[in-house]
Amino acid sequence: MQRIAVIDYGMGNLRSVSKALEHVVDADCEIRVTSDQALIADSDRVVCPGQGAANDCMRQLAACGMDAAVRQAISDGRPFLGICMGLQVLLTASEENGGTPCLDILAGQVKRFSHGMRDAATGNLLKVPHMGWSPVAHAGKHALWADIPSQARFYFCHSYYVVPDADDLAVGQCEYGQSFAAVLAKDNIFACQFHPEKSARDGLQLLANFAQWSPSSQH
Amino acid sequence: MGLAKRIIPCLDVDNGRVVKGVKFVDIRDAGDPVEVARNYDRQGADEITFLDITASSDDRETIVHVVEDVASEVFIPLTVGGGIRTVDDVRRMLMAGADKVGVNTAAVFNPDFVAEAADKVGSQCIVVAIDAKSVHQPGEAPRWEIFTHGGRKPTGLDAVEWAAKMNALGAGEILLTSMNCDGTKSGFDLALTRAISDAVSIPVIASGGVGNLDHLCDGVLQGGADAVLAASIFHFGEYTVEQAKQRMQERGIEVRL
Repeated sequence: MQRIAVIDYGMGNLRSVSKALEHVVDADCEIRVTSDQALIADSDRVVCPGQGAANDCMRQLAACGMDAAVRQAISDGRPFLGICMGLQVLLTASEENGGTPCLDILAGQVKRFSHGMRDAATGNLLKVPHMGWSPVAHAGKHALWADIPSQARFYFCHSYYVVPDADDLAVGQCEYGQSFAAVLAKDNIFACQFHPEKSARDGLQLLANFAQWSPSSQH
Repeated sequence: MGLAKRIIPCLDVDNGRVVKGVKFVDIRDAGDPVEVARNYDRQGADEITFLDITASSDDRETIVHVVEDVASEVFIPLTVGGGIRTVDDVRRMLMAGADKVGVNTAAVFNPDFVAEAADKVGSQCIVVAIDAKSVHQPGEAPRWEIFTHGGRKPTGLDAVEWAAKMNALGAGEILLTSMNCDGTKSGFDLALTRAISDAVSIPVIASGGVGNLDHLCDGVLQGGADAVLAASIFHFGEYTVEQAKQRMQERGIEVRL
């Protein structure tokens, strides 16, 4: 029996994440929505979701000791899935809220989409937030892409995007006025800007892949 | 390929049941929000919006359970509107599994509520619903005014200015309904949709008046809408969401198929 922890630090819609996981895992898998460090340390896999502003997310993570729990899970080598803000907090710093230091687990910056971006094909003004279904191009192989075609559409809802220092961290790319990294992956970390829990069939497939992922044996 | 234009079926929910006669042939209980939502998900809906029209405040809690039940089985974005007045209301819907919350009258009477809610839960969760009615005379420059209470009460507020103000206060999206067109099946108010879409930097959902699939396309192509919302053409089984997307694609609109 495996246990998957969904980190609860008071930021966002955890129910959807836990319900989507429950939908795809074996019946004997336990999904724990928790802010208990001991329970997280005792879980086989860790999911860090999150919504809201960067400074609030960082403050809340620290307030419930979840920053330490994230670092521990990642350094232990347990499969770690970051979603939306759960991706952005892994970077070095975010432009949001006048500059917010983040966990600096993946070197890089979080930047805001600029005003006045236009669609290259139609010339239409691109709205921010980037909200809706955009195709994600695979940029390299990854176990979590199993049975998901490159260019499958996922649901995005964000105004900021990640820019890793090392280009090869990006295993998924998306276009919105510019090309940006939709997924960063390194060792046991897979972190996506989109919401797999809201991305219908392909999103559920990604969560199912995560529940079976063995980062040490395959990448 | 880029961002797809979205199709959003809207369900009116009264005391936990879908009303306004959904007539699908292939589901057992057309009043069950979970069954109806699942059916729309299968058809390829990009999001689903629930409008809670429960009159009694005692029964408001039922919509929370509806959202919980739907969010446990349907894995696309869900928006809930109707009766949202406080940040606690917003939070309760998000915790139940909604991704976005629609606010309408509350924003008109207390615009700072939008700023407060966006600050607490993030702009991306806050959809400001605008019900606008054309108030210009023939020959005058177009002007639309915000109405509340189902279109009965004028507010004196200019709809285009109001949309820009909501944008500035932190709204993440505008759900725009033309009170002139709603229920007419004659298409969106395209001039209104275009005026609002050009006035804001956030996505605009066009609503009110859809009678056929070309109306949906016109909302995007002429109105500049980022998403289109419709109720009756889908509920009564006249068209499926899939047919709507095929028509949009034929007319050169990028959709998720």
